Amino acid sequence: MNDIISPENLVYKKPELLNDTHMHYCAGCSHGVVHKLVAEVIEEMGMQENAIGVSPVGCSVFAYNYIDIDWQEAAHGRAPALASAIKRLWPERLVFTYQGDGDMACIGTAESIHALNRGENITLIFINNAIYGMTGGQMAPTTLIGQKTSTCPYGREPALHGYPLNLSEMAVTLPGTCFVTRQSVENVASIRKAKAAIKKAFTASMEGKGSSLVEIVATCNSGWKLPPVKANKWMEENMFKQYPKGDLKDTTNL
Amino acid sequence: MAEQEVKLMKGNEALAHAAIRCGCDGYFGYPITPQTEVIETLSELKPWETTGMVVLQAESEVASINMLYGGGGTGKRVMTSSSSPGVSLMQEGISYMAGAEVPGLIVDVQRGGPGLGTIQPSQSDYFQATRGGGNGDYYILVLAPNSVQEMADFVDLSFELAFKYRIPAMILSDGVIGQMMEKVVLPPFKPRRTNEEIIKECPWAATGCKGRKPVVITSLELKPEIMEQRNLQLQEKYRKIRENEVRYETKFMDDAEYMIVAFGSAARIAEKTIELARAEGIKVGLFRPITLWPFPEKEIAEAAKKLKGILVAEINAGMMIEDVRLAVNGTVRCEHYGRLGGIVPEPEEMVKALKEKFL
Amino acid sequence: MGKIKGAIVVNTDRCKGCSLCVVACPKDVIALTAKAVNVHGYQYAEAVRPDDCIGCASCGIVCPDGCISIYRKKMED
Repeated sequence: MNDIISPENLVYKKPELLNDTHMHYCAGCSHGVVHKLVAEVIEEMGMQENAIGVSPVGCSVFAYNYIDIDWQEAAHGRAPALASAIKRLWPERLVFTYQGDGDMACIGTAESIHALNRGENITLIFINNAIYGMTGGQMAPTTLIGQKTSTCPYGREPALHGYPLNLSEMAVTLPGTCFVTRQSVENVASIRKAKAAIKKAFTASMEGKGSSLVEIVATCNSGWKLPPVKANKWMEENMFKQYPKGDLKDTTNL
Repeated sequence: MAEQEVKLMKGNEALAHAAIRCGCDGYFGYPITPQTEVIETLSELKPWETTGMVVLQAESEVASINMLYGGGGTGKRVMTSSSSPGVSLMQEGISYMAGAEVPGLIVDVQRGGPGLGTIQPSQSDYFQATRGGGNGDYYILVLAPNSVQEMADFVDLSFELAFKYRIPAMILSDGVIGQMMEKVVLPPFKPRRTNEEIIKECPWAATGCKGRKPVVITSLELKPEIMEQRNLQLQEKYRKIRENEVRYETKFMDDAEYMIVAFGSAARIAEKTIELARAEGIKVGLFRPITLWPFPEKEIAEAAKKLKGILVAEINAGMMIEDVRLAVNGTVRCEHYGRLGGIVPEPEEMVKALKEKFL
Repeated sequence: MGKIKGAIVVNTDRCKGCSLCVVACPKDVIALTAKAVNVHGYQYAEAVRPDDCIGCASCGIVCPDGCISIYRKKMED
């Protein structure tokens, strides 16, 4: 046992760029996995000193506490506007936003759609867990029909609350996007694909191919009131029907 | 000496030329009357082909100001311009910039309100500009040009002050100054700072963390004890600005018994008013605050000591008069004269008001 | 014939006891502590059948908090 645990036998550990700060996320939250993937990809691309992230309002507002790169913390929904300016002013930097569904697909719909449509050479990482997590489980534009939240406690009804918004399908139609994909991080296979997607998006942005939207269908254990393992199951059974996974658009040739 | 050439142009156009000439790195804006010539002029001049300045038409003023926040957060000299309803939309971003101590220049070519109001000139954004405008305990630096020349000159000055104090700066203009044509000497060309210079001069900026610890541009802090400290630091900065950056101009004050306090285009009208009034033997002078925040309160109080009355002439229902009254603290009677809804007062009206209120 | 052997090291103070690693492990090596809790009051993951570990890293990859380091060695026997 002890002769196994030695540096030359190490096959996996958290990326260095993800620092030792205790993450404020709930146990089992998908954010942690996606943070790791972002950190791993930045490390693999050697862009630690050339990356500028833009964090949103919502659970991932504190992303800047965990990944050791330069960050700006945007107003609710405005991250793509910040990122657009940053990339245009510093074109040689790797610029991305990290946003939830309330941030990107509700209050910031205009900023996300227009940044994507301008073909800004940035990546929008879009964590879709169909609920407002930070404020305690309210209905999001992405909340599923029938799903219960604190502001649709009897379940989302189209007549009362409208329909779930599929932002990625909208993004596919925009000429500025080069890569639109929907992934998830509930198991090893999904996580590997999600990581490859983030890497492709980041690479495309550095090669000036246009905007990328990487949607990660995610869980919110606390908001869904499910333990993490059951939340993953619920996601597979319910979320993937409304938000089917896979590459929705890819003109990157990467 | 092409850069010393005297030109005839609109205030909005002069501002755009000045931006390119003073090393501005990026402009982000949205069309709105009466300031649209700013982005039109920039688009026509194509500075991205010469100085490398970025010009981007945003999807809204909300996006413009957040582009400013993003760009300013990387240490670049960035600006936006708009008119009153658009500047209302920007208040969220301005508050974030103030909280995160991000420099940037916002130009407000004011029109009448409230709401959609009118496209004609007004000065009714005075409160919004001088009281911060968004949420939280903050101020922004506000400069009020009264000529096309100052529209050009205040661009570089605003950037210098914005970066000196890491504060958003505003040029509070109006539809008169933005639209009128006057002769102007454009400022000489000054190169944009290189990325290396920015990294060196702005260690606080999010430029990529090569050779240093990562930085975070944020206004967020959940621990109240730390947040109070951050606020106290902001207040200390505002104290320094009040102490060091007050700007104003006086005219005809040597023998004055009355004083008109006016800024921007109203101050231009006041100059003619004073000429007419003095022809009738009324000894009146002009006090023109150039910085509306910090407000020249000590200087006005000092000037007021030998006066019989102060007329505050504004193109609004009475906004700056509150600051003048606070400054003189009841020692002199202060009256207001203004027109609303986009009407620009005539000098004759101001003379009449002066007589009615004081003589 | 060489056999692949693995081992995990859990940063127990960082672990929130979410169980995702428990489910991800193909060899049922990991379980949450029955009674012990860490500094934050969470039950934490531990290798209860360490001899069965093949060092596949599934646990580490799914761990949202990056708590698990995985080692793997081809044993000579």
